[in-house]
Amino acid sequence: MGRTALTAHAMIVAIGTLASVVAATAAPYVPADDAKVLERLPDRQAPQYRDLKRLQAAAAAAPNDVRAATALAYAHYRISRIEGDPRFLGYAQAALTPWWRDPEAPTAVLVMRATILQSNHEFLRARSDLDKAIAREPRNVRAILLRATVLTVEGKYDEARLDCGRLQGLTPEINVVACLASVDSVTGKAQPARAALVRSLAAMPDATPDARAWIESLLGEIAQRQGDPTAEAHFRAALAADSRDLYTLGAYADWLLDGNRAADVIPLLQGEQRVDALLIRLALAQKALQRPEAESSVATLRARFDASRARGDTVHRREEARFQLALDGNPKAALRLALENWNVQREPADLRILAEAARATGDSRAQETVREWLTATGLEYPAVEALAKPDRAGAR
Amino acid sequence: MKGLPAALLMVVAMVLHGAALAHKPSDSYLTLDVDDDRIEGRWDIALRDLDFALGLDVNQDGAITWGELKAKHAEIAGYALSRLTLGPPQSPCVTVVREQLVDDHSDGAYAVLRFTATCAAAPKVLTVGYRLFFELDPQHRGLLNLSSRGVTRAGILSVDAPVQQFVLAELSLREQFADYLKEGVLHIWTGFDHILFLLSLLLPAVLVRSTASGEAWASAPSFKAAFWDVFKVVTAFTLAHSITLSLAALGVVSLPSRLVESAIAASVVLAALNNVRPIVYAGRWIIAFCFGLIHGFGFASVLADLGLPQKSLLLALVAFNVGVELGQLAIVAVFLPCAFALRKTLLYRRGVLVGGSLAVAAIATFWLIERAFDVKFMR
Repeated sequence: MGRTALTAHAMIVAIGTLASVVAATAAPYVPADDAKVLERLPDRQAPQYRDLKRLQAAAAAAPNDVRAATALAYAHYRISRIEGDPRFLGYAQAALTPWWRDPEAPTAVLVMRATILQSNHEFLRARSDLDKAIAREPRNVRAILLRATVLTVEGKYDEARLDCGRLQGLTPEINVVACLASVDSVTGKAQPARAALVRSLAAMPDATPDARAWIESLLGEIAQRQGDPTAEAHFRAALAADSRDLYTLGAYADWLLDGNRAADVIPLLQGEQRVDALLIRLALAQKALQRPEAESSVATLRARFDASRARGDTVHRREEARFQLALDGNPKAALRLALENWNVQREPADLRILAEAARATGDSRAQETVREWLTATGLEYPAVEALAKPDRAGAR
Repeated sequence: MKGLPAALLMVVAMVLHGAALAHKPSDSYLTLDVDDDRIEGRWDIALRDLDFALGLDVNQDGAITWGELKAKHAEIAGYALSRLTLGPPQSPCVTVVREQLVDDHSDGAYAVLRFTATCAAAPKVLTVGYRLFFELDPQHRGLLNLSSRGVTRAGILSVDAPVQQFVLAELSLREQFADYLKEGVLHIWTGFDHILFLLSLLLPAVLVRSTASGEAWASAPSFKAAFWDVFKVVTAFTLAHSITLSLAALGVVSLPSRLVESAIAASVVLAALNNVRPIVYAGRWIIAFCFGLIHGFGFASVLADLGLPQKSLLLALVAFNVGVELGQLAIVAVFLPCAFALRKTLLYRRGVLVGGSLAVAAIATFWLIERAFDVKFMR
């Protein structure tokens, strides 16, 4: 009875932010020419979209069918990764609608739901689904791998290593090696991790391009942290296997930026401006080269972060911290974001932006946090170590 | 690689490839400008989202042209407006798209719908019901920017909060006081359970217990005596329900509403039966006080439904309470002279006091059963 409570959480949003989001656009217009192209869509002839069409039809024909629904959700999820478009995460969630809020959903749904949740950085909820799935099916490889990955991202390396061990004998050796290498490479065993990955890659000459791109990119990142110039060859090999692997593009761009090779970044990332994380790197390169386009890239990024804040998202704090620090001249905001981000995820890149922001603001407590993490985990990352050295605090 | 499920390695690869590459998710931007009973709206909806819902790229060449968009204008207008409700759900404002344009946002091109909504009355509180794309993309959000009389508010409409209310008219303190006062008066006048409880306790006030055998009642000796009896009962009732109304409205105490409503019905039954078979006479003010505590909780739930202004909580509380008392006094002011005039008649003693009380007890018993067992007999 009565009226619903007057607007609960939504009113907290700063009106200014939203107003600026709408104001950031030019005035709406009526195009003069029918042939004018307003928007370009991803190539719908690509195999992932053909798969999608088939699976959509199958799911529509069999509503409430777990197999059809999870297959469709997975197809959407896959496209979200390939295109870097979070819309497809929403579509994937929609495919699981009958079970989305069901704590006792079928195991396949739990694993798929966890996959979507971790993409939105909801690691706790993702793990609780995975715990349940693994309790029901202790040999569910996908669930174990995913949990190991989530734990690694959260920096819970001991538990992650246990999960990698559980995979022994359940899945081809390469998965176990990759799982362990992901943990080892950030806990003081970078060299053995690299060796194991190289061996595995050599043992599978007919690896799919996806798999090759992934392992080469993993190798490239480890080498990059170690400051080893072979990183370049690994990144190139990864891109040779899959030229549009967004993650590798980002990691390679970082390598080039660190080596003062901004000019090489521009052709690499031209055409990927839709992806925030890549647009940041492009803008950094443009700025380093003093290109006039830098300004519009920064404006676009600012508008996107404003929009994301207006909708109440906190998923992109790592990127936003980098943006605030390196492009928008706001180190204090960068440090706040980097710390908030660090509370949620603890990959080397998260540590690096924290160290950079701490150094820029001379925040000795944040630097202490970085040093403690390096000591506790044994992470080999000389560039970050240098940033966190106490005697350099405040210098700049 | 032999035996390796292709998709499996992909899962690992994708997951391990970090989670933070996403670009902007799906949002629409809804701007509403309320002017009396008319709302001017602008709604920016991403072409990518419309394409997924309605298939804009008819020739499948991976590009959406203005021509393709134009051909879908009617469909877009129908699709979008059927997923937006402005105004009270029973009689929503009538919305018509005036024109459709295009705008570029930071993440691509958007269709811009300009529309006008005409409402039955100028809304004080605007209800916005938003359902666009939720069934396709539960992570979609509608970002609302609402302005009225120079005041702007923002809201996020999501699958978890698709219907929201926005208070448009910022009333002055005096207007607020008057508003809540009126609500208090209306509530006591339309809340029959409170009136019947009070009247049941007041009916015997113009009488006194008879000492003569065979007669239960004698007339009250003077208007003054009757008045003081009424005064005691009304004051006790007022005091009691003011206490619990305040405690509940301020969030100090809360009781489940089913329990409260049932107890209120029970209090009416008891008060009425006490007139048929008098057990308590002089101490009726005590009954009024004890059950008044329960009635206060009932008033509080009404106040909660009205929505309490956080900034002027106390003001609203006092105004509502004063309204309840004024409404109550008005009833007493009509009741007492009439009852006093009729007190010697058989109509009053048998018809009103006994017959009326029996009828009240019967009605209240119905309420009690309905409320206690959560069933409905009468509409």
